[in-house]
Amino acid sequence: MTGTPLLAVEDLTVEFDTFDGVYKALDGVSFTLGRGESLGIVGETGCGKSVTAKSILGLVPSPPGRTRAGRILFDGDDLLEDGGARVRDIRGIDIAMIFQDPMTYLNPVFTVGQQLVDVIRAQQRLMPASERMSRAGARALALEMLERVHLPNPERQFSAYPHQLSGGMRQRVLIAQALSGRPRILVADEPTTALDVTIQAQILSLIRELIASFQLSVILISHDLGVVATVCDRIVVMYAGQIVEDASVTEIFDNPQHPYTQGLLAAVPHPGRPVSSLSGISGTLPNLLDPPSGCRFRTRCERATDACGTRPALEQLGTGHRVACWHRGAGP
Amino acid sequence: MLNFALRRMAWMAVMLVGLLAITFSISHIAPGDPAALAAGPDATREMVERIRFEHGLDRPLPVQFALYLGNILQGNWGTSINTRHAVWDDLVLFFPATFELVVFSILIAVGIGIPLGVLAAVRQNTWLDHSIRLVTVGGVALPMFWLGLMLQLALALHFGWFPLGGRMDMMTEPVAPITHLLLVDTLLHGEFAIFVECLHHIVLPAAALSIPALASIIRVNRAEMLETLNQDYVVNAMAQGLSLFRIVAIYALRNAMLPTMAMIGLRFGWMLGGTVLVETVFDWPGIGLYAVESAINSDFEPIMGSTIVLGFFFMLTNLFIDIVYALLDPRVREQI
Repeated sequence: MTGTPLLAVEDLTVEFDTFDGVYKALDGVSFTLGRGESLGIVGETGCGKSVTAKSILGLVPSPPGRTRAGRILFDGDDLLEDGGARVRDIRGIDIAMIFQDPMTYLNPVFTVGQQLVDVIRAQQRLMPASERMSRAGARALALEMLERVHLPNPERQFSAYPHQLSGGMRQRVLIAQALSGRPRILVADEPTTALDVTIQAQILSLIRELIASFQLSVILISHDLGVVATVCDRIVVMYAGQIVEDASVTEIFDNPQHPYTQGLLAAVPHPGRPVSSLSGISGTLPNLLDPPSGCRFRTRCERATDACGTRPALEQLGTGHRVACWHRGAGP
Repeated sequence: MLNFALRRMAWMAVMLVGLLAITFSISHIAPGDPAALAAGPDATREMVERIRFEHGLDRPLPVQFALYLGNILQGNWGTSINTRHAVWDDLVLFFPATFELVVFSILIAVGIGIPLGVLAAVRQNTWLDHSIRLVTVGGVALPMFWLGLMLQLALALHFGWFPLGGRMDMMTEPVAPITHLLLVDTLLHGEFAIFVECLHHIVLPAAALSIPALASIIRVNRAEMLETLNQDYVVNAMAQGLSLFRIVAIYALRNAMLPTMAMIGLRFGWMLGGTVLVETVFDWPGIGLYAVESAINSDFEPIMGSTIVLGFFFMLTNLFIDIVYALLDPRVREQI
């Protein structure tokens, strides 16, 4: 990787105003995405994965959301700089997104084809009028995209309504929407979580296939390390709104340094190993209205000492492995 | 879709018979002797009995109802004891006036209410939203006749911009009736000057009548828009780069229109039967006044006739709303 990364998130801090106080969803999140790289972001529900993904496209509703600090650099341009105009211009064109629950992300009262055509036309909004597709052209591309995501019987599904499709088929439609504008980055927010296991595998292999054929850089968000490992080159582990570890997939699995990452790995079931080999992480995610000072994991960490009252910086260990822990290491 | 419409229509016929039975029995159980009332205070017992016999009021109720149903089907809706006109002729005269007024009002209410509801939702909790809320609370709370009087006082008497009342000027020669809807008839005859005159006359009463409907349409539409704008499909549309206009005016509004349509239908039916106050204030010769006068005089046949017409149009409205619902939402179409 040379030059500027395709996407760089720097020190992103996002808060939500609630009736009970300020919810500190993200605290100084920094990571980069290289060209052609697939990055996984893992962590428990509520750790800020989705907020991170939505922030990249400026989709965090404001109010109540508020970006307190940080920059999001796409190809060197700060997307947050000019009050959202820049980020509106890249949505669907340079960076596209797919979501967790395909049941609710399609509009129930329009046909699948209509929604796909609308998106295709929106993706051409910055082109001069003479270069944009006609309705017929957009329709043809829509059908082609439905074929590329292997939707069975695309001609017929084109005029179907979302409720007539299964969850897996809807996710394929959403993927077709996202990729029809040939974006450079695909942000996938838990794309398989709401699906049956068999469908999950199909969608993951589809995503892998499309990464190659569309030459995509990907940010894949999941709570499932196994899902991330099948698609990604590198994994960022988040905990309570902070990044605790960032390394290549092999490093994360073979040489995890952070006790939280080690805990997550111990909680992944492996075929052929007894269930008793699994262990959970005791305790629950801290309340982000009033997070613990210093390392946010220290309330659940076996290694915690007084030193953990100060926030550990993300320390570079060489070979692109970063970890934020005072007591990093292979563990007991 | 056609199947859906046909089934709804079949239901409507059943409801219509039910309506006839209910109105018939209520008006015959109500206290007051219409025969004695029609004969007048000085009438002898024989005169009262003759009127009773002439109108069939001495027969058993089921027989009266059966006779009534037969008469209705033959277009014989009876005679008003009070006006001595055939009820059908009276209704043909009065109902279109009300219908015209109500349609015009609902068009105002929908045409202004939906954009304002959308605007209030998109600009939630800004001064714009608060000002619109002021209008809606006022519109729901203020009595219609008072609004009508104030409009008359200000716009008709003080500024003289609009006529005080009536459907057209006294001196204007009316056009030959075709539909009895003046705005339509004048256009059909090509009498544009009279059309404009009628339009001029309908504005104030329609405005007064539309305010409560306007207020409730704004409120429902705002609430529904707020809900749909929070839906996942709106987030997805944003993420895919759809324009704000398309997201709000098409993606969200079409979903928000479903409950709003229900409110529009309800309001329309309610306005049909509730125009009497506005008709009184603006001297509008409509069915509301006719029905109320008949009720005061225990004049059964006009009451029953008015109720049937109003009930019939209420059902038609519901049918129309159901069909619009099915057109808007594919899931409704499939339920049938």
